[in-house]
Amino acid sequence: MILPDAELLLQIVDLHARVDDQPILKGVNLEIRAGEIHAVMGRNGSGKSTLSKVLAGHPSYRVTGGSVLFRGEDLLALPPEQRARIGVFLGFQYPVEIPGVSNLEFLRVATNARRLERGEEELDTFSFEDLVHERLQVVQMDPAFLARSVNEGFSGGEKKRNEILQMALLEPLLAILDETDSGLDIDALRIVAGGVNHLATAANATLLITHYQRLLDVITPDFVHVMAAGRILRTGGKELALELEQRGYDWVDQELADQELANQGAPALGVV
Amino acid sequence: MVLASPVSNLHSAWASRLLEGLPAVTGDLAELQRRGRAALAATPLPQQHQEDWRFTDLSPLTALTPRWRKACPELPSDLPAPAPGTLRLWLDGRGDPLAGVVLPAGLTPLSPAELDGALGHSLAAVGCEHHWPVQFNHATAGRCLALRVSGPEPISLELVSAASQPESLLPLRLLLLLEEQAELELSQVLLGSGSSLTSLVLEAHLGRGARLRHAVIALGEAPACLLGHLAVEQESESRYQLSTASRGWALARLEPRISQLSGAAHTQLTGLQLAEERQVAVTHSWVRFEGPDGSLEQLHKAIADGQGRSVFNGAVRVPRAAQRTNASQLSRNLLLSPQARIDTKPELEIVADDVRCAHGATVSRLQLDQLFYLQSRGIDVELAANLLKRGFCAEALQQLPTAAANWRPLERLLRQGSPLGELP
Ligand SMILES: Nc1ncnc2c1ncn2[C@@H]1O[C@H](COP(=O)(O)OP(=O)(O)OP(=O)(O)O)[C@@H](O)[C@H]1O
Ligand SMILES: [Mg+2]
Repeated sequence: MILPDAELLLQIVDLHARVDDQPILKGVNLEIRAGEIHAVMGRNGSGKSTLSKVLAGHPSYRVTGGSVLFRGEDLLALPPEQRARIGVFLGFQYPVEIPGVSNLEFLRVATNARRLERGEEELDTFSFEDLVHERLQVVQMDPAFLARSVNEGFSGGEKKRNEILQMALLEPLLAILDETDSGLDIDALRIVAGGVNHLATAANATLLITHYQRLLDVITPDFVHVMAAGRILRTGGKELALELEQRGYDWVDQELADQELANQGAPALGVV
Repeated sequence: MVLASPVSNLHSAWASRLLEGLPAVTGDLAELQRRGRAALAATPLPQQHQEDWRFTDLSPLTALTPRWRKACPELPSDLPAPAPGTLRLWLDGRGDPLAGVVLPAGLTPLSPAELDGALGHSLAAVGCEHHWPVQFNHATAGRCLALRVSGPEPISLELVSAASQPESLLPLRLLLLLEEQAELELSQVLLGSGSSLTSLVLEAHLGRGARLRHAVIALGEAPACLLGHLAVEQESESRYQLSTASRGWALARLEPRISQLSGAAHTQLTGLQLAEERQVAVTHSWVRFEGPDGSLEQLHKAIADGQGRSVFNGAVRVPRAAQRTNASQLSRNLLLSPQARIDTKPELEIVADDVRCAHGATVSRLQLDQLFYLQSRGIDVELAANLLKRGFCAEALQQLPTAAANWRPLERLLRQGSPLGELP
């Protein structure tokens, strides 16, 4: 929902980032207010996951310019764990398997880290079990997954459900969900999307990275952004996603080429 | 001509100073002591140019000046409660651990004559009676806890020792005879702190169809050192399952040596060792199949941090007679600091042609993506690293007998500071 007076949660200004000295993000601008649902689409390799990982603080990416404020605070100055604690959540495109670490224990430690930050009491194993069983229902996940190692041997869809379970436990203010829909069967997609809808409130915001309209059929975005070559090339409403579904991304290349040309033709543009 | 190097001079001084301080030979082991002392006087300490000791830095050992004094004056009061149904014996290297103890049915002490006949048998069978740590134990051990295990009822035994006095020496000598079909759970807990040296030699003979589940939980605090030899003979159809876990010693060297006397037995070896600070943790295992259809399942895990040094050498001998042997050995290592060092070496000698023998070794660091995943859920780096270490270690501690598990070895291996400190 778009509420003009809602709190500005995330403000990304001209963000540049590199991996191994190769520029990937080349000037991303994005604002997200509480209550809003944003979708980011774009070709493979356009930089969507990179943006999400930079926001979460992955050490492989180096920010070389621009700024990111989360509720007015410099997000980039915080270590990854602190970003999570203040309410930034990244649902991974490829959730990581951690053999030997119990999923239940992991979820409990994570939940308590967030609770402490919010000034809430840590939950002991018993009260946490109650909470986790309640939240399992959000994604209709089998409690048997709690006893297993984190994501180890989980199917693709099970991993994605486990991500949303974590989101349900951590109650983030900003949830960035990187292709949470890929790898899900039709029923699972409905369940997971239902879970995301269920968790969305006027106080938090969601940034969905996706390739498919089918997710946006269930979760209606307020804004759709098209990412290309490390920037947000165009922003629109939910109809932009439908347009992409029909037209594909060829027009993106054209638009990029035009911009390139314009930049070359007017080199003085950079000087204001 | 062999010229004595300065190092070996130093070493022989170390040995002779020790020998001079020993009391006169007495008791059931008098003959063994005499031989051990003679051997010790004649043999220099192992040196790193010897292949078996190449990576074992002995300086933590030679830095100690063990003397013949009581290693632990009394039973520490803060031990975990013994597991129900488990007989706990306290080994102080001096007193009779069986004094005043009522043994459960199926467990009987060997008579001096039986002991005389059995001592050294397993050591010879696995070819280590002349190893320096064994000679050292022979020279110093004044008594042997020797038990026969028989009957259909499984027996659970827990042996606890603690060396804590400065400059002390704790020689432990054990002998177990498992009769046909006998079943024993043996949990050994070795604690060591201060400038103490613990020397362990265990011999076990598993009769046909016998089962021995054996755990060695070795928790130390530098500068304490530990040397241990476990010599096990297995008759056919027997099962020997060993789990070792060690942490904290300035030097810990464990040598499980197993012979399947006529094959057709099962051996499972699981080892876990941590080497931190400047510690040296060494495991040399040796398994030989003397007949067909035997199997071995071995997993060795190690973590090296700080300037720690971990060594694993896993010898597997499959002579021609050992057709259809099925052996697997996996060495998995975690290197947590650039100054730490890990040496791991399988040593497979396979002559028989119809065998399945798999082996592998990996050395890795903590995975960046795993750390980041945990961090991205609000878990700080230190805790995240600890969770990953826990995950790594847990696998090796899954099959402990209850009495050993009661010591909460996983917590002790992972807690900050000494493994001997108090647990929450
Ligand atoms: N760690 C890395 N090392 C090297 N190259 C990287 C790394 N991370 C991203 N890149 C490169 O950056 C570009 C953007 O990758 P990114 O994963 O952000 O794309 P994406 O938009 O999420 O694509 P997809 O839709 O396929 O998930 C790609 O060319 C990718 O190869
Ligand atoms: Mg991606």
